[in-house]
Amino acid sequence: MTSVNQLVAVSLAYVAFLFAIAFFAERAAARGQGGWLRSPWVYTLSLSIYCTAWTFYGAVGYAARSGMEFVTIYLGPTLVMLGWWWILRKLVRIGRAQRATSIADLISARYGKSNLLAIVVTLMAVVGVTPYIALQLQSVTLSLGAFAGPSDTGALTNPASAFWVAGGLALFTVLFGTRKLDANERHSGVVMAIAVEAVVKLVALIAVGVFVVWGIAGGVQPMLAKIDASPIGTWQIDKSRWVALTALSAVAFLCLPRMFQVLVVENDDERHLQIAAWAFPVYLMLMSLFVVPIAVVGLDILPAGSNPDLFVLTIPLAEGRAGLAGLSFLGGFSSATSMVIVATLALATMVSNHVVMPVWLNAQGREGALVSGDVRNVVLLARRASILMILGLGYLYYRFSGGGAALAAIGLISFTGVAQFLPALLGGIFWRGASRWGALAGLIIGFVVWIYASLLPSFGPDAAMSARLLAEGPWGVGWLRPQALFGIEGLDPTVHAVVWSLTLNTFAFIIGSLVTFPTPLERLQGAQFVNVFELSGQPREWHAAMATSEDLMIMAQRILGADEARKLFREEADRQGIAGHLPEPSQAFLQRLERELAGSVGAATAHAMISQLVGGASVSVEDLMAVADESAQILEYSSQLEAKSAELTRTAGQLRTANDKLTALSVQKDAFLSQISHELRTPMTSIRSFSEILRDTEGMGQVEKTKYASIIHGEAIRLTRLLDDLLDLSVLENGQVNLNVETGRLEDVLEKAVITAQASGSGALAIKRRRLNEAVSLSTDLDRLAQVFINLMTNADKYCDAEHPQLDVSVENRDGAVCVVFFDNGTPIATSERDLIFEKFARIDGTPGAGAGLGLAICREIMTRLGGDIVLDPTQDGNRFVVILPAQAALAAQ
Amino acid sequence: MGKHVLLVEDETNIIEAIRFLLSREGWQVDTHSDGATAVEAVRAVQPDLLMLDYMLPGKSGMEILKELRADPAFTKMPILMLTARGQSRDRDEAERAGVSRFMTKPFSNVEVLTAVRDLVQLAR
Repeated sequence: MTSVNQLVAVSLAYVAFLFAIAFFAERAAARGQGGWLRSPWVYTLSLSIYCTAWTFYGAVGYAARSGMEFVTIYLGPTLVMLGWWWILRKLVRIGRAQRATSIADLISARYGKSNLLAIVVTLMAVVGVTPYIALQLQSVTLSLGAFAGPSDTGALTNPASAFWVAGGLALFTVLFGTRKLDANERHSGVVMAIAVEAVVKLVALIAVGVFVVWGIAGGVQPMLAKIDASPIGTWQIDKSRWVALTALSAVAFLCLPRMFQVLVVENDDERHLQIAAWAFPVYLMLMSLFVVPIAVVGLDILPAGSNPDLFVLTIPLAEGRAGLAGLSFLGGFSSATSMVIVATLALATMVSNHVVMPVWLNAQGREGALVSGDVRNVVLLARRASILMILGLGYLYYRFSGGGAALAAIGLISFTGVAQFLPALLGGIFWRGASRWGALAGLIIGFVVWIYASLLPSFGPDAAMSARLLAEGPWGVGWLRPQALFGIEGLDPTVHAVVWSLTLNTFAFIIGSLVTFPTPLERLQGAQFVNVFELSGQPREWHAAMATSEDLMIMAQRILGADEARKLFREEADRQGIAGHLPEPSQAFLQRLERELAGSVGAATAHAMISQLVGGASVSVEDLMAVADESAQILEYSSQLEAKSAELTRTAGQLRTANDKLTALSVQKDAFLSQISHELRTPMTSIRSFSEILRDTEGMGQVEKTKYASIIHGEAIRLTRLLDDLLDLSVLENGQVNLNVETGRLEDVLEKAVITAQASGSGALAIKRRRLNEAVSLSTDLDRLAQVFINLMTNADKYCDAEHPQLDVSVENRDGAVCVVFFDNGTPIATSERDLIFEKFARIDGTPGAGAGLGLAICREIMTRLGGDIVLDPTQDGNRFVVILPAQAALAAQ
Repeated sequence: MGKHVLLVEDETNIIEAIRFLLSREGWQVDTHSDGATAVEAVRAVQPDLLMLDYMLPGKSGMEILKELRADPAFTKMPILMLTARGQSRDRDEAERAGVSRFMTKPFSNVEVLTAVRDLVQLAR
């Protein structure tokens, strides 16, 4: 008989072999030589972790106890692979697109990256799967015990061996599951080891089966006869259990964290599903092929009371086939270890990502998250601690549950627990209306019902629940009895728990989703999940890559401009050594493109855009907020720019106007200075010249002396008058003049002006007053008004070229205003010059005279100051100057 | 070369003064006071020296200067320009236009006489 020690040695050698496989597989993958690792066959075999020790050993026991019902466990996954292939494909597509690291991650991503959901899912998964891990530990311990001899009952539940098994598995998982931190959470070494184990357990089971059929029963025909004769063939099929268990297995196949790990997370290529869709059912069929024969033969040849769960081991042992028994042990060991490793890895990922890391990051504060090296180490540490914790939990559960019947039933109970993920998972990928609160409500209610109706009662009466509670319900409320909820009795407990937990879960999920409003991020993620096939294009990977490059090109052209984008892409294609202008969308290129785009549209927007196109990391709330912020900033900035631009335009216009004014003023000033200079220098020239003549000429006659002195005198007076006029005009123009407002009569003002003008004039001009209308009372600066009248009269005296110069002075009422009209009979001033004569220094060409051309300018300034006006009326004969008196000044008109 | 000067000036007192000064030196002084017809007057008189005021009614002294210098017959005629505007810009413009001498009013009698003598001597 093989000693336990030998067996342990073989086990250790086997584990070392697995280590080697995993190690070389990982090294090959790291060197890029791992093409064979990515075979669909490896993928298919890795799915075999569905077949745990519970299936390897338990299926025979199940058949021995319940007949054909064990088939449901294989039927469920087969139906999923064959019939729900499209659901799997969608899950895989979404999982890859979202870079989901676990089922918790996927569900939380779907519902707006809710970490609360992730924590709930993680918690449920740990609670649901830990007993299952304990079951594997138990199976290994039991199988070791079987070798120690059926009589040695102490070894059956030897806690020490279970402890070492758990420790060894933890070590293996830590070594190969967390050697490095892979962004995609792929573990090619582990997957390869699992695939090898899958082959080992299949070969072991088939070997035992072949031995049983041909070595013991004596061939196929006698075997069939034996089956017909055994009680297994006569077991009645419970239809409700069949349907429920098949459905449960199917659901568990989709929802078990470890199945998600191998189905979705470790999937290298979606197309592998096409092979797995038929190859995995074939594997399951082969696994189940010899279950009934082994059970029948076991019941037949082994003593009554033997544990049918160990028939696979005990039959070869009983027949003295130590080698076969050893192989069988390795098959069971493989089943247990592969399940434990993957399940632990999946759970550890969930625990560390959704529980440990958030807690650590919160404790660290924001700064801690920025040091990437630190975080990677912390993640690895968290991952390892989680693995140890989960295996520790499994071991503790095994120790304290005491093994036995409670543990044997845990497989289906565990299935029911993880099945609670189904509504949130399926609803999430097919129903855009599914919301976070619906998912949370469904999960929690399903979980609570599961614990209440399935998990707690499974420990047996008075273990976790009192027998009374089980029989009468809490507080005696009958319809709350854990195994007869709402008064529905007579159902099988498993069926009862499955139906109620999933029904209530689904209802809560749907109602919760209908009554709550999904957040924008949930809507976005919902659309990405539900429409994953429309969004991610062709399923063939190289197609997807090409399409992505083209999409990136289109987007880049839109943002960077056609030339710039083409240049960027061609450069990258050259760098990658690809002919043409479409480079591979490598990580480096995407990062570079994101930087380029960020320069144009901002980092957040660029990131969101590339994420959308590449279909990789989803858009987080922070991304969306940042996009919104950027857009707002750009809007704000552009409106500011617009305002500034308008302001600049306005300022530029003002400056231009001011500049034009200044230029005009400068020109005016230059012209004025030239004029002043001319007006001053001309008389001075005469004065200087004649005074020098007088000084230097000896013997000049008296007549000449007097004549030249008179010229000097006249020019001196001219200069003085010019200066007076200039000062007068300057004062008037600057508004510094003080008006001396008096009351008086117009006729008196005119009288005084006429006398003054005649006194200083040549005497040639005849001034005729029409005294009509002159009786007007005035209230204004009478001296200034008189100055205007005098100026007009002296002008007429100076410039009227008529043979008999004559000036008519009359008073008229024009539009209610009192006007004094000075009408001479000289040559009319040309129309073109009529506007000019009121300007400074304006003198009509061809009329040389003594004036500097300031008189009319002064008149106009005075009239403007007084509130009146002075104009030159167009006439055919003579010139008609009209002084319009200010309205208020003439109010007292009589 | 004779001593025949044409004075184009519109200020009667300045005409009087210059006529007095130059006559005493033995010059024949003709005067013209209208800018518009000054060029014709120069052609008609063909003076040995032209004294030209800047500010004239009808046509400015600058325009008359340019018109004369454009005529090959008058490229070498000494032209003494007088101005009361006193702006250096005018002097530059006149020099570019080919004025022989540019004087700003008021001037001393000695200056005028010296300038006239220099110009006539140069022309010889």
